[in-house]
Amino acid sequence: MEVVVAVIVGVLFAVGIYLILTQDLLRIVLGTSLLTHAVHLLLMAMSMLKTGAAPLLGRGKEEFVDPLPQALILTSIVINFGITAFFLVLSYRAYQKLDTTDMDRMRSESSKHRGRRR
Amino acid sequence: MNNWVVAPLLIPLFTAVLLIFLHNKLKLQRWISLLSSLLNVAVAIFLMVQVRTTGIQTLNMSGWAPPYGIVLVADMFAVLLVLAASIVTACCLWYSFRGIDEERERHYFYSLVHFMIAGVNGSFLTGDLFNLFVCFELMLMSSYALIVLGGTKRQFRETLHYILINVLSSTLFVASVAYLYGATGTLNLAHLSMRIAESGQTGPITVVSALLLVVFSVKAGLFLFFWLPGSYGAPPAAISALFGALLTKVGMYALIRTFTLIFYHEVQVTHMLIGTMAVATIILGGFGAVSQTNVNRILGYNVIASIGFISLALAVSNEDALKGAVFYLVHDMIVKALLFLLAGILVAETGTERINRMGGVLSHSPLLGWMFLIASLAVVGIPPLSGFPGKLLIIQGSLENGQYIVAAAGVLLTLMLLYSLIKIFILGFWGKARRPREAHWKQSRKLLLASAPLMMLIILLGVFAEPVMPYMQRAADILTDPSIYIQAVFKE
Repeated sequence: MEVVVAVIVGVLFAVGIYLILTQDLLRIVLGTSLLTHAVHLLLMAMSMLKTGAAPLLGRGKEEFVDPLPQALILTSIVINFGITAFFLVLSYRAYQKLDTTDMDRMRSESSKHRGRRR
Repeated sequence: MNNWVVAPLLIPLFTAVLLIFLHNKLKLQRWISLLSSLLNVAVAIFLMVQVRTTGIQTLNMSGWAPPYGIVLVADMFAVLLVLAASIVTACCLWYSFRGIDEERERHYFYSLVHFMIAGVNGSFLTGDLFNLFVCFELMLMSSYALIVLGGTKRQFRETLHYILINVLSSTLFVASVAYLYGATGTLNLAHLSMRIAESGQTGPITVVSALLLVVFSVKAGLFLFFWLPGSYGAPPAAISALFGALLTKVGMYALIRTFTLIFYHEVQVTHMLIGTMAVATIILGGFGAVSQTNVNRILGYNVIASIGFISLALAVSNEDALKGAVFYLVHDMIVKALLFLLAGILVAETGTERINRMGGVLSHSPLLGWMFLIASLAVVGIPPLSGFPGKLLIIQGSLENGQYIVAAAGVLLTLMLLYSLIKIFILGFWGKARRPREAHWKQSRKLLLASAPLMMLIILLGVFAEPVMPYMQRAADILTDPSIYIQAVFKE
């Protein structure tokens, strides 16, 4: 099972990095969000994919699951939710202001701007 | 157990939430935020005295004993940085009463600053790796909003880069947390240090430490700094001063903390890598500073170059160098904030960021000129000012270890930074005034008054370096001997 998850993590990382290397702002945002998914799966896989009871004492069970990675993933998901939302809104505002979602055209416009000022 | 340890985190957090509800009452916002930052300074001083008299203070959150719960640790190093950060924040807030337009103030500027300070103080005080990540994110989230606040074209362009870089490095941070948890089964910094000391720093752990090095280097601007000069120049002066003074230093703090407390066994690999990156940063940052003609960009490269200089001390890692690093870190926070604030006034006076279009500012605002000169000399490390003791100790430490290349790089840096800053002084302040702006003068006098406390501090810190030194010594003791930190965390 760990091997399958490891392969999934690898694929997600590859797709995420590919998307980030493209020109389009929206794809880049999606790429970062895929990367964070990959990392969350990685967190889960690193703590061993065991089956067991919830870690509550006095229930007569002996096998427990480590709750810490799940707490970490939950925290990280919330943070990334916030950042992705902010990033999307910012991209939309940047599109309104700069009239493009193409990273190259944003940059070329800025260098033109700089050239004129010199 | 000491409940005061959490106060530097709670005060800004509470203030920030309170200010959200008062966002239309500008006067009230200003006074509440200034009071809260002064309160933070007082709490930081109180904590520092406690740490000085009774040793490291810890707080187990919700009473969970370490290594199970999250623990906050206030050692001398962290407390000194919290104090410096609080003082810088108070001055930048005072400056922003005049230096920030009302539109920005109305759009939650003060709330965002306080959220950021909560993240900064949290990063300094936490004793848990994942909690460090959360505090980093709190700080970065508010910095994203602060850097784009105002919404000019240039800000959008720079913010997109800034966010992307930081999201990527945060992703890698979580990945390295995952690997470390898989390898050691703990995330408490002190416990990690113990576990790795027991099992030995094996190959995989060294690789994870290199991953963490990449993460913190991006945040600190050590070698991976290509995003920094542009994005720090985009927002108004008060915000870039906060960024230049605090954000990179938090990354630097994390680097020093992890590589002196946890990953100190394979010095030939990790510290060699840090040393190489530091020398490269110094050379690239120094040349960057010399080659630019935009004031904010010159200062951005200055920030980078001094990060390189502090990392030299980490690469050397003996007692003198680390003591120097603590001193220099405190000095650098104050002086970089001061430089950015003064450059903000300079830009407002002349109406341009290009130094070859400025000139003659000295004739109508002499005070600004002399303050800028003194601040520049402090950056370079001219003796009575605060840059000198730290620089001396770091270079002395590297010579003690026989690392002459490191020492040479440190001296070279001094010359390049001196040249870049004096260039601003000569072109900006001397010569004929191009655009005299008499009307502006009244405004900038109030801004100068707000930067004056930082100015006093760099002079006092330099002149009274001797009485301050025991505090730096205390901080360096913990950095050179991790067992002090570990015992303090596990004492109860």
